[in-house]
Amino acid sequence: MSHPTPEALAEAACKELSSLKSRTVPLTPRDRLGIPVQEMPTQDPVVRRRNVQEVACGYTPEQAQLESMRCLQCKNAPCVQGCPVRIDIPGFLKLAADGDFEGACNTIKKNSLLPSVCGRVCPQEVQCQENCTVGKALKSVDKAVSIGRVERFVADLERETGRTKAPVIKPPTGKKVAVIGTGPASITVAADVRREGHTVVMFEAFHKPGGVLVYGIPEFRLPKRIVQAEFDALTAMGVELQTNFVIGRTRKLMALLDEDGFDAVFIGTGAGLPKFMNMAGENLVGVFSANEYLTRANLMKAYDFGRADTPIYRTGKVAVLGGGNVAMDAARTAVRLGADEVHIIYRRTEVEMPARVEEIAHAKEEGVIFHLLENAKRLIGDENGCVTGMECLRYELGQPDASGRRRPVEIKGSEFIREIGTVIVAIGNDSNPLIPRTTAGLGTTQWGNVIVDDKGKTSLDRVFAGGDIVLGAATVILAMGEGRRAAASINELLRK
Amino acid sequence: MPVNKILYKKQLSDEVFVMRLAAPHIARERQPGQFVILQLDNEFGERIPLTIADADPAEGTITIIFQAVGKTTHNLADKVVGDTVKSLLGPLGQPTHIEKFGTVVCVGGGIGVAPLHPIVKGMKAAGNKMIIIIGARSRNLIILEDEMRALADEFIVCTDDGSYGRKGLVTEPLKEICGRVPKPDLAVAIGPPIMMKFCAETTRPFAVSTVVSLNTIMIDGTGMCGGCRVSVGDQTKFTCVDGPEFDGHKVDFNNLMQRLKAYRKVEEQAHHQCHLDAEMRQKEQSQ
Repeated sequence: MSHPTPEALAEAACKELSSLKSRTVPLTPRDRLGIPVQEMPTQDPVVRRRNVQEVACGYTPEQAQLESMRCLQCKNAPCVQGCPVRIDIPGFLKLAADGDFEGACNTIKKNSLLPSVCGRVCPQEVQCQENCTVGKALKSVDKAVSIGRVERFVADLERETGRTKAPVIKPPTGKKVAVIGTGPASITVAADVRREGHTVVMFEAFHKPGGVLVYGIPEFRLPKRIVQAEFDALTAMGVELQTNFVIGRTRKLMALLDEDGFDAVFIGTGAGLPKFMNMAGENLVGVFSANEYLTRANLMKAYDFGRADTPIYRTGKVAVLGGGNVAMDAARTAVRLGADEVHIIYRRTEVEMPARVEEIAHAKEEGVIFHLLENAKRLIGDENGCVTGMECLRYELGQPDASGRRRPVEIKGSEFIREIGTVIVAIGNDSNPLIPRTTAGLGTTQWGNVIVDDKGKTSLDRVFAGGDIVLGAATVILAMGEGRRAAASINELLRK
Repeated sequence: MPVNKILYKKQLSDEVFVMRLAAPHIARERQPGQFVILQLDNEFGERIPLTIADADPAEGTITIIFQAVGKTTHNLADKVVGDTVKSLLGPLGQPTHIEKFGTVVCVGGGIGVAPLHPIVKGMKAAGNKMIIIIGARSRNLIILEDEMRALADEFIVCTDDGSYGRKGLVTEPLKEICGRVPKPDLAVAIGPPIMMKFCAETTRPFAVSTVVSLNTIMIDGTGMCGGCRVSVGDQTKFTCVDGPEFDGHKVDFNNLMQRLKAYRKVEEQAHHQCHLDAEMRQKEQSQ
């Protein structure tokens, strides 16, 4: 596969833009449809397999402007319908097309707090970009306006040029809100509630804030400095951050309200309980949850051999079970740690894979080997209890199931053995049970998700929740949307 | 009082140290059986679980007792009063289930006597008759003898080499005690996994319920990584949130011991390096 260099892409964009600018008549929709899709410049796959730097390098200003010019400014804005937080997408693209990147960023920020993050990790192809008229006209969602890439560009530009403006904080109200967890939902709540003049204290169990953004999503997809910049902004707003503090253990949730003077609590503790397959041999040495593997590699920096104290398995044959973004993250991390071979084992086909198309493509470019319609049945170990292989089964697709995806059906007698030295289980997460278990009266579903009403309020007074602890494992943008809703309810409650 | 500051430090035996740390939040909530996760460097340090040996809520302090076996515990042992520990998270894990059982036999091996001590205190306060067995390879590795003796209705010390107390393993007196009529109502065994395994095997024929406390590899300590999982009966449990105490008759100790060795090679190198570094420092100082 040929890999266009960032320089070549930049040069092509410069030429295209200057030719468009030299025109004297306004662009017609047909002209706009003729502007080539601006490809995201990326690190060469051969090079990036050996580093943890970000894969996607980001647009040049010319690319951002050109891509924005592709937008037809549809009156009905179908893209906005696809956005969980209803960003004024045509609005910001129009400004970006005119070269007003600052204005574009301000437009996004009216609805989204984390454009640098969402521009990188949102599944745009099934949200805003899925509905894009340009994509429809060109008969491929891949040819839709790359809304996320422009979003990322304008947000990065604002941060890198130091033009991020601290929002206006209303005078102190004397009211105090506890935000549990520091992932995307919590970040949103903290900012929205703090703006109203309330004191906000965020509680984080780990030694660093960011939740899944720092322990889960790898550096090469979301650099930690971007997340840290968000926390610098929150701290500048006066949000207090208490790390190494796990609500439910260091302090019970109700004690925050009853004894510590908090007026409201937001639970944003996420989906942090790894699921396993419950197959034989799953507790063998060398079998990890994706959470463990990624936390070792990311948060604990195990990729930095010699400096980091936290060890990780680096070499040999690695199998990753699952087909979501987390599975891709784990597989691509294993590549970077120096594994000899990395295999993705998924029991459906690529069409059904929940991972983003871009992540699947990146994984393939980096040499990850895909085994579709296959699943592990049991793991096999040696006399030291270390995993050495797995018995797999082949599958075929049957009738669609409740999720609308065709159900994988095992092919009887198709068992075979794959030799493997490390197994990473990436089949999803359940909600973290620590708070429900230690908070009497907090209503949860049978899967352990906290139940909230349409305002984000739980069964307990003054206690709100949002993000993955409510939704089950979902996306950053949905978590942010949930946070927005809960923050509005908290602010309304505290106005009384 | 700065949080996580070391207020007191004493060497108990060859590689075993006791430290008292300022940790008011942890001290307030902590109950017997719980542990903390400690980290000395937030950028490159590892997170390790350590049992809370004691706590004083009024003073806002916790006491930890640890053995310098890996890089982090060695570095911790090098710290002095007045230093601070970068990160301390807790109290974690389910507290020990304490009630009046009747007669409780408690077995502590080596460093395992440290986590056993608060449990013995709690069991004693609940009105149980306490039979305490502590053991170690040799006399210089026995810790907390006076503290345990003070809580015991019956007290036995064993050393493998016979340098102190009875010569032999802790399982021998445990077997005798289980054979008494009436037999003890509960056994609690904390120590190296191999000791806990044989304690559980000793009590099994007498059907004496046996609680063991596991110390596994952990990262977050809050149920998020699953690195600490153990096979208990036909179920997989997370030591950090479901434990650290489990039914000793159901724990798959062989799997536990294998999992503890997962990074042994890497750790041995680090341990060796620590000793080399220490020798170098000593040489430099003596010159």
